[in-house]
Amino acid sequence: MKIEILEKLLNHCRKKSPWLFHMNSGSCNGCDIELVASIAPRYDVEQLGIHLEGSPRHADILCITGPVTYGTLNAVKTVYAQVPHPKAVVAIGSCGASCNAFAGSPTVVGPLYRHIPVDVYVPGCPPRPDAIIEGIARAAAILGQTERKPLTDEDLQDAPGCGLNEHGPAKGDEPCA
Amino acid sequence: MAWFFLYVERKTIAKMQQRIGPPLLQPFYDFVKLLGKESRGHSTTYSLMMKAWPALSVAVLLAALALLPVFPADGGFSGDLILLITLLELPSMFYILAGFTSRSIYGKVGSMREASLSLSSNLLFLVAVMMIAVSSHTFRLSELATPTASPARWLGLLAIILCIPAKLRLNPFSTSSAEQEIYAGPLTEYGGGDLALWELAHGLEWLVLSGLVVSLAFPRTGIKVADAFIFFVLCIFLVVSLATVAAATARFTIDRSVRIYWHWSVALTVFFLLSAFIFRG
Repeated sequence: MKIEILEKLLNHCRKKSPWLFHMNSGSCNGCDIELVASIAPRYDVEQLGIHLEGSPRHADILCITGPVTYGTLNAVKTVYAQVPHPKAVVAIGSCGASCNAFAGSPTVVGPLYRHIPVDVYVPGCPPRPDAIIEGIARAAAILGQTERKPLTDEDLQDAPGCGLNEHGPAKGDEPCA
Repeated sequence: MAWFFLYVERKTIAKMQQRIGPPLLQPFYDFVKLLGKESRGHSTTYSLMMKAWPALSVAVLLAALALLPVFPADGGFSGDLILLITLLELPSMFYILAGFTSRSIYGKVGSMREASLSLSSNLLFLVAVMMIAVSSHTFRLSELATPTASPARWLGLLAIILCIPAKLRLNPFSTSSAEQEIYAGPLTEYGGGDLALWELAHGLEWLVLSGLVVSLAFPRTGIKVADAFIFFVLCIFLVVSLATVAAATARFTIDRSVRIYWHWSVALTVFFLLSAFIFRG
């Protein structure tokens, strides 16, 4: 009984304090710019506990932009190994999902899921900071679960968003401006 | 209380930047989350010595906290100022050592910067402490806790307040943990539970340093509850002021930071020596 309560507390704290590490795996920098814009005071992600960290060993969520290029492959794997468990990976931008404009290039070794497990994709070229923040909040909700399973509406309660999920527009929510 | 001070610092910076900022329990969430992370285990690149530094920092700061003369008439363990200052120097030293023992180039650069900065800011700090002690003719904390009207004492307290940004690595003297340049600086190789202890040590440093200044500055009423309340309010006021300055300034480079502290130290030392002749106590 006691262990359950401690486990619940730990999961709650994991959800409430997602620390990021930002890595560029060969991106054109557009997504990087949007990511650091979303960390800026204008969007106030500190309310969700999000904090950009200087070292992958300090982070929970690894935010990777760009298609993985041949030169950054080892770096991506090394940094992923340096992030301590429990961790989540957010692929920011369409390059992480499909290589986007760079598909078929000889120096690109493929979308991110080929090399490390990805938890959240944030599509866009580049995605809006709002979308990036929603992606990070979803990753934080994933970290707050005991075992990894598909997110329920209850898990996403704190996640900001446009009120859209896989089932369509949520009732009573306004569309994002 | 350490967590509350960390919260006040982050909330003040947030308000200065016209945003809402973290919820009240955020430092607590950070701490518990870090405790739940996988630890790095024991290896040649993550030695037992590295793990000792954060634990030692927390232990030393708790000891320093116990020495603070918040209720001077209480008796008990009335240490003296020299012991408190020694205990305060140690966490800074452990931070530097942590960077050097971590065998990471980022750690080395961060530690070199922190070492140069603490060398110059400690000069100002120690001269200020000497001024305060000499102006009251005592090193005992329980006697120092009652404020006097001498200008030397208040100038000494002001000088200590000027040293606090360097000791806490706040803007404008946050060069040793400059994320954009050296990743996480001395703490780059730390993770999990040890990082939780470093964050706790940082919160305790806030508490001890602001507690030191406030407990040497405010008049006691004799009623414990009122004294505790005034102490707390003045500490929060100090935290808010320092966080406001941190939010409003940018980071100085290391040579500029060191030069600023050397200038202030020289100015204060000249004043100290002159006042020792002119005022005579």
